Amino acid sequence: MENQDHLHHPFEPATDELPSKPRYHFKLDRRKFFKLGGGGLVVAFVLHDLISLGNNNNSSAVAPQSPDDVDAWIHIDENGAVNVLTGKVEVGQNIRTSLSQIVAEELMLPVSLITMIMGDTDLVPYDAGTFGSRSTPQMGTQLRKAAATARDALIELAAKKWNTQATTLHAENGLIINTATKEKIGYGELTKGKQLVMTISDNVPVIAAKDWKVAGTSVPKVDEMDFISGKHKYVSDMKLPGMLYGKVLRPPSYGAKLIEADLSKAKNITGVIVVKDGDFVGVAAPDIRTVTSALLAIDAKWEERSDHPSNENIFEYLLKNTSEEKNERDQGTTTGNVESGLTEAAFKYSNTYNINYIAHIPLEPRAAVAQWADGKLTVWTGTQRPFGVQQELSETFRLNKEKVRVMMPDTGSGYGGKHTGEAAIEAARLAQEAKAPVKVVWTREEEFTWAYFRPGGVIKVDAGANKDGTITAWKFTNYNSGGSGLDTQYKVSNKQIAHVPCNTPLRQGSYRGLASTANVFARECSMDDLARLINMDPLGFRLKNLDDDRFVTALQTAAKAFGWNKLKPAGHGYGIAGGFEKGGHVGTCAEVMVNSDKEVRVLRVTQAFECGAIVNPHHLENQVTGAIIMGLGGALFEAVQFANGKILNAGLSAYRVPRFNDVPKIEVILIDRKDLPSAGAGEAGIIGVAPAIRNAILDAAGAALNTLPMLPNGALV
Amino acid sequence: MVLNINGEKHEVTVEPDVALLTVLRDHLDLTGSKYGCGEGACGACTVLINGNTAHSCNTPVSSVADKEITTIEGLEKNGKLAAVQQAIMETDVFQCSYCASGMIMAAAALLKKNPAPSEEAILQAMNGNICRCGTYPYIIKAIKLASTL
Repeated sequence: MENQDHLHHPFEPATDELPSKPRYHFKLDRRKFFKLGGGGLVVAFVLHDLISLGNNNNSSAVAPQSPDDVDAWIHIDENGAVNVLTGKVEVGQNIRTSLSQIVAEELMLPVSLITMIMGDTDLVPYDAGTFGSRSTPQMGTQLRKAAATARDALIELAAKKWNTQATTLHAENGLIINTATKEKIGYGELTKGKQLVMTISDNVPVIAAKDWKVAGTSVPKVDEMDFISGKHKYVSDMKLPGMLYGKVLRPPSYGAKLIEADLSKAKNITGVIVVKDGDFVGVAAPDIRTVTSALLAIDAKWEERSDHPSNENIFEYLLKNTSEEKNERDQGTTTGNVESGLTEAAFKYSNTYNINYIAHIPLEPRAAVAQWADGKLTVWTGTQRPFGVQQELSETFRLNKEKVRVMMPDTGSGYGGKHTGEAAIEAARLAQEAKAPVKVVWTREEEFTWAYFRPGGVIKVDAGANKDGTITAWKFTNYNSGGSGLDTQYKVSNKQIAHVPCNTPLRQGSYRGLASTANVFARECSMDDLARLINMDPLGFRLKNLDDDRFVTALQTAAKAFGWNKLKPAGHGYGIAGGFEKGGHVGTCAEVMVNSDKEVRVLRVTQAFECGAIVNPHHLENQVTGAIIMGLGGALFEAVQFANGKILNAGLSAYRVPRFNDVPKIEVILIDRKDLPSAGAGEAGIIGVAPAIRNAILDAAGAALNTLPMLPNGALV
Repeated sequence: MVLNINGEKHEVTVEPDVALLTVLRDHLDLTGSKYGCGEGACGACTVLINGNTAHSCNTPVSSVADKEITTIEGLEKNGKLAAVQQAIMETDVFQCSYCASGMIMAAAALLKKNPAPSEEAILQAMNGNICRCGTYPYIIKAIKLASTL
């Protein structure tokens, strides 16, 4: 089996929202590891064996894949407490819990003795960000190996101390025990007075998933009590002594240029700080009411653009505005000869799918608290990329990275929508001027308007199949929504796959599952249409053209639990869809009912999900359920409406998201593959939902809906 | 103005039309109630006024000056979690948990009025609260469990 850690993976987010940046390199420095104080044992995971400890005089110019790269480390302190330091962050995927379980498993400790120190750029090693379902397969694997190494090192220390063979000792519940004599010693006692640093790379034996005792079980969310008692401090809850509240002047429409701003009235309000620096205009005041008045008191003149498209003509617009810009990832693939494959096919199929822009709507909007002290900038902000925000701040304020500390308390969700540092920069600029800490929390309207969206797009499919159901040709072109999940996951000898970037009128970026929500929709709808053309069962047609065992199992498992072959009442329809994304394999079945008024109700969704060895079954089921429910929104009714450079439904009373009443009966079947490495689970759960529902509507009412969302008004037109 | 919050009197000096949520969070450091939308459409700011749910983000503070206000911070009694909180712990409901306070307050109000709510009653009472992570089925499960505690 190929080791996932060493696979070069493309930079995961849809990179549109990210400025191009150099890769950071973290220098190995013994002092850094013991920053938390005291001594103990540190085990750091490095990607390469060539490690030179204590050599801190190297030039800072480090070549890529430097031996100095440390991805995470574990510190067992002199009291036996375990600190795990990682650049990953918690945005609700419950990774704080599952990574703790992984470490606890190898270290033979209760989860409660483990403290995860996450997303603090001063304390933790560099990490590109929490996205692309990498936390479990990559960080989880590294921590597992670091923890296993630490356990073995502790056993060695005890063996030395007792002058015995390591093989006669074992670790249990935070103690090293002499199996024969029952002599015991705590981890802390073994490391007392020492500053041991070990580095490891890849070839460390770890406990097989089939033998897991802590990992693989439904350990409850760590810190759960803080969250359900209202005690957890999200960034938007923070308050520092002397802190001001900040707001930023926004243009009236996208691309509007500030001509002039009369700040005099705002400046005359007691306690108000006003900053105008280039195009940035912001205010800060001791309370939110005053700062809001100050913002309203600014008299600004803008020059607005007049050439904005609207959601009414967006698909036409995208097709007319393709971009020359090519991303390496987006080259697509060509195999065989798609044109002759199409010509020779007994059945020919052609369709176009339209995908609307949708919004992430993390319930906690962007928020940041910034503070300057002695030339150093400290920012607390909710971001999936603390080191990315550190970089943005260091560039914006022309500071060395060492002068910028970004901290990320567990945050009110992201779904791929919090890769950037807007609020951090705004709070920092205001705090610089105010010489006091400043908090900026975006309003829901700002979050809707000035964050970024899941891209809209147009997808064209031309396909051909033989009478026996073999797909002979597959031509698939995605305009604008992106390259994830682009290639077909079915066997096709002649195919041409492409992603064509377009000049997007709205700011766009990563979203849960990236473009695979769009690409799998188009692919799986086309598969159903083709099956109907050939008069084959949609599941049978898929299986005939599949050779990926994991995908096959996911489809079959879902179909079996759902009762795919069972009779259905009149007006009801069944649909199936699936695929795989970032190691998560999914099969989804949906049942819908269409009544005589052509109103559509999704009655149930059955989803089989497999992502290797399961670390936490309950949290996985919860995550997959959440993905299904989020997927319902984009499938049925979520769409950003825009015109004249403005968002027309920039509030939760106007933009509909799934609520309690929208939730169908959901059944999630987890397939635990203990023989496979654990993969991420946050993303793939969303991809089958829209096409399964679309195919069920087609089955029930004969209506093929090819635009997402499918039912903005709840009924077939 | 004097506010009666979680059984304690709090003296605050604010304009009468300031939102209750702002007073709770910024003036009194009761940050358990969250801002989510500012228009009473998401339920993250839900508190109880005389036992009934209210959206504190669009409730002027002057309108509740003589009423009993309960926030998530006041739900624990003598160090004991409310039944719905216990049930949520047991069910391990949430992901990012930002909606949790509002959900818990809405559920607590429901259970007070209807100690054994049907699924339909739960949906009706909770539909104003958004969980963007999509944990709704677990919230429903926890409310049902709470009704048995």
